[in-house]
Amino acid sequence: MEINKSMEGPLTFPGQVHETADGGILVTKLDDVINWARSNSLWPLVFGTSCCAIEMMSTAGAKHDWSRFGFEVARATPRQADLIIVAGTIVMKMAPVLKRLYDQMPEPKYVIAMGACTISGGPFFYNTYSVVKGVDHVIPVDVYIPGCPPRPEALLHSMITLQEKIKNEQYFKKKIEDVR
Amino acid sequence: MNIEELKSSISAILPSAIYDETGEFLNVNIASEELYPLINELRSNSEFDFDYLFCLTCIDWKDHLMMVYHLLSKTHQHTIVLKAKISNRENAEIETVFNIWRTAELLEREVFDLFGVKFINHPDLRRLFLSDDWNGYPLRKDYVDENMISL
Amino acid sequence: MRGLIEDDYVTEEGEFVINIGPQHPSTHGVLHLKVWLDGETVKKVQPHLGFIHRSIEKMSESLSYRNFIFATSRMDYLAAHINNEACALTVEKGLQLEVPDRAKYIRTILAELTRLQSHLLWWGCTGLDLGAVTPFFYAFREREFIMEIMEETCGARLTQNFMVPGGVMYDIHPNFQKRTKEVLTQIKGKFQEYDDIMTGNVIFENRTKGVGFLSKEDAISYGVTGPTARASGVSCDIRKLIPYSAYNQVQFDEILGTGGDCYARYMIRMHEMKQSVSIIEQLIDNIPEGDFQTKTKNVIKLPKGEFYQRVETPRGELGVFIVSDGAASPYRIKYRSPGFSNLSALPLMAKGGKIGDLVAIMSTIDLVIPDIDR
Repeated sequence: MEINKSMEGPLTFPGQVHETADGGILVTKLDDVINWARSNSLWPLVFGTSCCAIEMMSTAGAKHDWSRFGFEVARATPRQADLIIVAGTIVMKMAPVLKRLYDQMPEPKYVIAMGACTISGGPFFYNTYSVVKGVDHVIPVDVYIPGCPPRPEALLHSMITLQEKIKNEQYFKKKIEDVR
Repeated sequence: MNIEELKSSISAILPSAIYDETGEFLNVNIASEELYPLINELRSNSEFDFDYLFCLTCIDWKDHLMMVYHLLSKTHQHTIVLKAKISNRENAEIETVFNIWRTAELLEREVFDLFGVKFINHPDLRRLFLSDDWNGYPLRKDYVDENMISL
Repeated sequence: MRGLIEDDYVTEEGEFVINIGPQHPSTHGVLHLKVWLDGETVKKVQPHLGFIHRSIEKMSESLSYRNFIFATSRMDYLAAHINNEACALTVEKGLQLEVPDRAKYIRTILAELTRLQSHLLWWGCTGLDLGAVTPFFYAFREREFIMEIMEETCGARLTQNFMVPGGVMYDIHPNFQKRTKEVLTQIKGKFQEYDDIMTGNVIFENRTKGVGFLSKEDAISYGVTGPTARASGVSCDIRKLIPYSAYNQVQFDEILGTGGDCYARYMIRMHEMKQSVSIIEQLIDNIPEGDFQTKTKNVIKLPKGEFYQRVETPRGELGVFIVSDGAASPYRIKYRSPGFSNLSALPLMAKGGKIGDLVAIMSTIDLVIPDIDR
């Protein structure tokens, strides 16, 4: 009885089909299922310090709706959130608070740095004594969004980029054949 | 009251006040030790009745500090600017006006935080914006900070 | 550098001391409150500020007189046009510059549109704080119409920088009047809907009537301005007392309340939204022809002296105080922000109530924390 290895299904199908005597059994790659489930239901933490928070609230509103991508519930507590969108300037007095919130989030967790202030200090770079010049001095960042403030469409684009980044993760150690 | 009446009434209380009418409001320059009796009189006397303090700040003129108080009367609709000069930069001290206008509590804490002026008899004088172990007073002109990047 | 926030503890008298914030969905920004509780009754509230202190005043001392205006857009981001207008008016006062009429009308129309969108966002967030989620979506739907007008006219949705010393930066586009009238017609039809949802609601009235009382003498002594003070009977609308731009050419009412509680503050803002619509309608068809900007030199230098300008933002009275010594940058800038004084009255208003009342009071004062911390 020949086992037909790697007979590919349609391209969007996340797995390989192996034929056996009784009928077709679907053996999927466990990576793909886990990544698909994670990326389509990221719950952000309610965290906004200044002007970018208003554009984040607009993205949650009815015109640009982020819950159609899975970001349905914005949690107020870090214990139940997967994603922290740092929207707004981080100041030296606030940096320990941000680190504490990041530590309280359970794995796997992701960070989006929204706006110019979080990338490098933004418009408050020169001649300020209290601004942290870039939030990656405090926590590791996955996606950066430029803009002051970035449009809601830019925030949605960054969320989709983060979803694509998650889909490329490896849970079990295997070689990736093609890198997107 | 118009400007002439204000000037004569204030000179009756404090003869050493110097006036400056070049700006939009009447400016009264006094020394910091003479502040409290004059400002108490400006609030309690019903002819002045300055019941609204709308700005309290400090300016650093490199050899002295100047406290600025903007006062307005809602009943008589006249405005005055009091300027009290503090000559001693190392130990800058002045009386608080907290028991006359309640808004001065947070405003004076801000001046203490950024300029280092101590307010005598203030109920709770601590830093407001910066953390408690910050060194120095940032808005002074001789403030040096190696973390600050200048053009 | 430590931003030490103590953990919650119990005092010897048996009171709980808990932390609210800095990260909390209902503090409208990063505000840390330390609250002393006896059961659920609030005994004492102590606000801690400084978690978004971006040293704007120090930074402005090294920028030119055209450049320093951008930072005020980020200071109170819901009233960006009005903050920029205040800075431009102060510089014009120093230069004794006359602004053309067309620019004055455009400035006033954009300022009233800003006031409208700020009150709409406040209404949505008040509903969200008190537990109703629907007003949030309704308010943001209307706000998107106004944001579209801002984007077509000024190029940006939130931080516009459209005001320069001398007038406005560019002329309005030919479709501006038609678009604004369409948007106003849409928004006017929704006011009845807002009243149906929230204002007459039994739960809302029980949570806001009689809560957070502030008397008239306390309001003046604490320096409270804006709708918060007008609800206690203090007459403080700068647009009426010291008119600037085109406010002396329109008819509108200054609305004073007598209750002094959260419900009165809510009703005053709802009336102010209707007044804003009426002001824009009076001005939109009569914009005079002419220049939109008076030319100034490339490098602006103010003469020696001090200049103070007061304007009315949706939160209260903003004062810009510029001290100049003749150079090309300001020597000292002080922003007298409305939220700073409004917040100082919070411990007085919250004493004796419950925690739920504290949330209702904070939402009706309409705090924007970057405005307080600058």
